[in-house]
Amino acid sequence: MSSIALPRLRTRDQRESLRPFALATPLLLLLFFSFGAPIAALLSRAVYEPTIANALPRAIAALKQDSGAGVPDEPVFLAFAADLKEAQAQGSVQEFAKSLNTRLSGARSQVLRIARNAGQEQATSKEAMIKASPLLGEPRFWAAIREGANRFTSFFLLSAFDLRWTDQGTIGAVPADQAVFVRVFGRTFLIATVVTLSTLALAFPLAYLMTNLRPAIAGIVLVLVLLPFWTSILVRTAAWTVILQKYGLLNDLLLWLGLTSQRLELMYSRTGLIIAMTHIQLPFTLLPIYSVMRSVPPSQLRAAQSLGAQPFTAFWRVYLPQVMPGVLAGCLLTFILCLGYYITPVLIGGASDQLISNFIANYVNAELNWEMAAALSFVLLASTLGLYVTMTRFFGLDLFKMG
Amino acid sequence: MNGLRRTTLLGLAGAALIFQPQTAGAEELTVMATGGAWQAALHQAWFEPFAKKTGIKFNEQEYTGELGKIKAMVETGNVPIDLVTVETSTVLQGCDAGVLIHLDYSKIADRSKFLPGTALDCGVGIDVYGDVLAYDTTVLKEAPTSVLDIFDTKKFPGKRAMRKAPAQNLEWALMADGVPIADVYKVLGTPEGVDRAFNKLDTIKNDIVWWDAGAQPPQLLASKEVVMTTAWNGRIQSAIDHDNRPFAIVWNDQIVEYDMIAIPKGAKNLDLAYKYLAYAAEPEVSAQLGRYIPYGPVLADATPFVPKDVLPKLPTAPDHMKTYLVGDVEFWGDNGEDLVKRFNAWLAQ
Repeated sequence: MSSIALPRLRTRDQRESLRPFALATPLLLLLFFSFGAPIAALLSRAVYEPTIANALPRAIAALKQDSGAGVPDEPVFLAFAADLKEAQAQGSVQEFAKSLNTRLSGARSQVLRIARNAGQEQATSKEAMIKASPLLGEPRFWAAIREGANRFTSFFLLSAFDLRWTDQGTIGAVPADQAVFVRVFGRTFLIATVVTLSTLALAFPLAYLMTNLRPAIAGIVLVLVLLPFWTSILVRTAAWTVILQKYGLLNDLLLWLGLTSQRLELMYSRTGLIIAMTHIQLPFTLLPIYSVMRSVPPSQLRAAQSLGAQPFTAFWRVYLPQVMPGVLAGCLLTFILCLGYYITPVLIGGASDQLISNFIANYVNAELNWEMAAALSFVLLASTLGLYVTMTRFFGLDLFKMG
Repeated sequence: MNGLRRTTLLGLAGAALIFQPQTAGAEELTVMATGGAWQAALHQAWFEPFAKKTGIKFNEQEYTGELGKIKAMVETGNVPIDLVTVETSTVLQGCDAGVLIHLDYSKIADRSKFLPGTALDCGVGIDVYGDVLAYDTTVLKEAPTSVLDIFDTKKFPGKRAMRKAPAQNLEWALMADGVPIADVYKVLGTPEGVDRAFNKLDTIKNDIVWWDAGAQPPQLLASKEVVMTTAWNGRIQSAIDHDNRPFAIVWNDQIVEYDMIAIPKGAKNLDLAYKYLAYAAEPEVSAQLGRYIPYGPVLADATPFVPKDVLPKLPTAPDHMKTYLVGDVEFWGDNGEDLVKRFNAWLAQ
């Protein structure tokens, strides 16, 4: 009997454990199709860029026959001209030129010139092509083509770390005047850290005060904290420009109080940006801390003190460990949100306060270089996930279980 | 029960209205422009008269002037836009990215009638504007005489605003460093020339406030955040004419540029779009925009039709063309992405 009942029991268990998933299936499907799949498709652009390979089937085949590195021989040039002629006829030559220009600045117009000539059956020899477009006579042009021949590329991910493949086939730094992303990532993390600590410095005492207030007054304070939380981030940012600008409210007030002798430059500065971001992020840090603090009975602190602990010791060894999950959750939430700030740096930050999101937006909207945008997004997403995993592992913090 | 059925019916009728497929007979044209005083002027000068003349329904939308949005439409195959206004350098970019179609000029106008550089493969010019210097006459005691005075922090101390982009600023930096106007792009095409331009910008870097949107320069002047700013002439003129601001424009060493209109790939009403382009390329029509915003026509034959009181405000007025540079689109198409990156690296230093 039991040998029969056991497997049946197991299947029932499995069915039981599948039921929550079955119930969540619509949501999971929605998440997958509207969120996961598009993001994965977009991020895949960081490593998959087939434009060059698609445009140059003949030249790439000829390059494989060609001996060694550097500038190839006549057959490759002829194949290149034939490819460009076809691309010109199909109207895809400009896409190819732009894609190559991303890897090799200045290549665009020279490639288009070759394509125009090829279309009119002009300058079809290697010598004539190099004469028309001197860049074709340089090894770096063909290095870019050889690199682009591979549909899967590490170019954009390396660029996101200010790195590139050198002519010797090793990974090296890009020229100093082109190195920007490492600095911007560093700046993004720095500003996120400063804002997180500022919100913590404000939120911790405030949350402690709120737990010790009479419920009615605590409710009013909570509404005051939440009121701006319900306002659009754009509106709050615009309000800060009114306050921070040179002839704005804050400068007027400081002058009137005699605290400063001249007007401070708060707009378009990092100080202004951190002030505004701290204000916007305050509720995100405060609410998790407050919710945890409320669950700690005040009698514990009194008990600790009655057992002989100094007030600081009681706070440090009894209170703080208990509210620590709230502090970490609040800080992590704020830190991760800060990494993605976009509109506030645009409106309040100066030129050297733009965060990584601003660069991603620039590559998506203005440069139309979605591959670079995908690479930067990938690095940002990976570092955020990495941070989250580290926090959950080492501090035993789980945001999903927070009350 | 009856009530319920009625609401259901009403709901169905509403849904039918919403999901009603566009009928082929209703002629509609959708144009997307960059908003503000400029789009309002386009509306008055061209869109509305065209709609009246032809009976076509004209839908207007706004965007920021960046092609990312249109690229997304083209890639997903859902392009609800028939015409889009763009900057010249953006036309080139859109052409390269396969976002804008190659125009068939036989359906528009004689290509040779346009000013040089205004009839491009993927975009046709609609107006001429100037990148100029503007200041508040009540703030600056002495008037600047050239855009290049923005580099003179001794004579004109205080914050100044420039557009957050390398284009125009690098050209001006070289001009201020003594490069003759005819050689600006030749010098800027060399690594030494780029270094030279950035070195010149370095001299005023700490005094610069950067602007992104065309509406910002008049605001920065009005809030006295800066003593002078580079700007598009129409935005400043509009603040002077409509908001009675005490601003003035410095024209010497302006950079002349063109606004363009283009057709995105996959536009549904191609014939109507061409019909509009042909209409706007008639000399008399082309001259109308000046009435509403001081931007000049791109057709040589249109000048006689520009109202007399508007002429002296245009970037192309003889008084304003003493020394000027014409922006080189091909140069920026080639070097734009690298220079933008270098510019950003420079900003971050």
